Amino acid sequence: MTVTQTTTHHVVRVMRFDRVQRAAHWANAALFGALMFTAIPLYFGSFFGVVLPRHLIEQIHLWCGLALPIPIIVSLLGPWGRGMRRDVRRVNAWTRQEIRWLQTRGRSPLEADKFNPGQKLNAIFIGAVILIMLVTGSMLQWFRFFSVSLRQGATFVHDAFAFAIFAVVIGHITMAITHRDALRSIFKGWVSEQWAAVHASRWLTETRDGDGSPDAR
Amino acid sequence: MLRTTSVDLVSAQEPTKRVPVGRRVFLGVTGLAALGVAFGGSIQNFLGNAFGSGLGGLLPGGDRFRIYSITGEYPKIKDSDYRLKVSGLVHHPKTFTLDDLKAMPVTSFTKTFQCVTGWRVPDVAWEGVLLSDIMDAVGIRDEAVALTFESYDRSDTESLTIDQARLSDVIVAYRMLGAPVTTEHGGPVRLYVAPMFGYKSLKWLSAIRVVDRVQPGFWEQNGYPVNGWLDGTTGPTNPDPSLT
Repeated sequence: MTVTQTTTHHVVRVMRFDRVQRAAHWANAALFGALMFTAIPLYFGSFFGVVLPRHLIEQIHLWCGLALPIPIIVSLLGPWGRGMRRDVRRVNAWTRQEIRWLQTRGRSPLEADKFNPGQKLNAIFIGAVILIMLVTGSMLQWFRFFSVSLRQGATFVHDAFAFAIFAVVIGHITMAITHRDALRSIFKGWVSEQWAAVHASRWLTETRDGDGSPDAR
Repeated sequence: MLRTTSVDLVSAQEPTKRVPVGRRVFLGVTGLAALGVAFGGSIQNFLGNAFGSGLGGLLPGGDRFRIYSITGEYPKIKDSDYRLKVSGLVHHPKTFTLDDLKAMPVTSFTKTFQCVTGWRVPDVAWEGVLLSDIMDAVGIRDEAVALTFESYDRSDTESLTIDQARLSDVIVAYRMLGAPVTTEHGGPVRLYVAPMFGYKSLKWLSAIRVVDRVQPGFWEQNGYPVNGWLDGTTGPTNPDPSLT
């Protein structure tokens, strides 16, 4: 059951993230956090030596980087990955209305999906940078196989996207802590039906109708 | 499909028609990154050459030093405490103070610092003493083949053949970027080997020993070429005259 009536609080709970999705999110967040934390002293050299020796910082950055795609891949490909796969399809497929909503920066009407266009863009960006940072980071680690010009390009891209990641992750966390109902769902899995009616109306309708829509079970 | 006006009106603002925006944005962003890998180096070089290193310094990743240290620490050496000990196969072993070095003929030039891992800083002003002048000051013996360099960090070591050390852009540097070499850049005195990758330019230079064979340094023992010419060749001498 995805829709559960809880009579005590008179709040109808709608499942937004299953256990696999929550675990994948937090594993991914932990890796991103460790990578960003270690990136700062690696980039701004004068910070290091204060907390940990540089060699250790490098090793943490390297291994977390190599592990970065694992949460996404494991949660998508396993038999437990139905929820993940459905949401990937949702993130991929946009209506004209959603495109227009993004173009007008939220000023045009939107019958929102499970994720609004901004949230979808965040997910796509994170997916892309996992691949980009893994590839460019590997080029920097195993640089001997690449020409100096390509190493230089890889350094450039790795650094430029690192800046973008900081901006996007700070934005993501800011949005999360200012939207408590949505935030709760990444801890406990559910949102209230009232919240869904306002912020994810199309998804709620599909979930309720159970007409073969992705989240109906 | 029914071809009636009403249906067409609906499909004109069809709310359920889906566009694979996710795939397009994903491919667009990764494609941009691939272009960046392929051409980022050239773009940086172009900007660096066209506008000097100032603009590049503002771009993420462009024209900035990454500070590396083997030990994770910077040896802090006061100028007055600094000593460069030159020994081995020499006629007159000598220990130089910073003032001794500054009293010698000054060599200065502007050259790119290129790291083997791909970052570079163009137009760095360097100033110091030719390694060649230091060798002449102590007088190297006939059986001398190479130099071994040691660092105040007690971990890093480097090597150069006598011929490499005689090149006109290989110096013991005490000024860099228009100021005394800072601690994080290897100050007060570091090596700068312009025609080779940055790992050859040992920081916090403490000693030079003149020896009878090349002894691979710290990075060489960890897989880097002993002769790290910027053009990628690894022979003892480099055929490209533009590098020297």
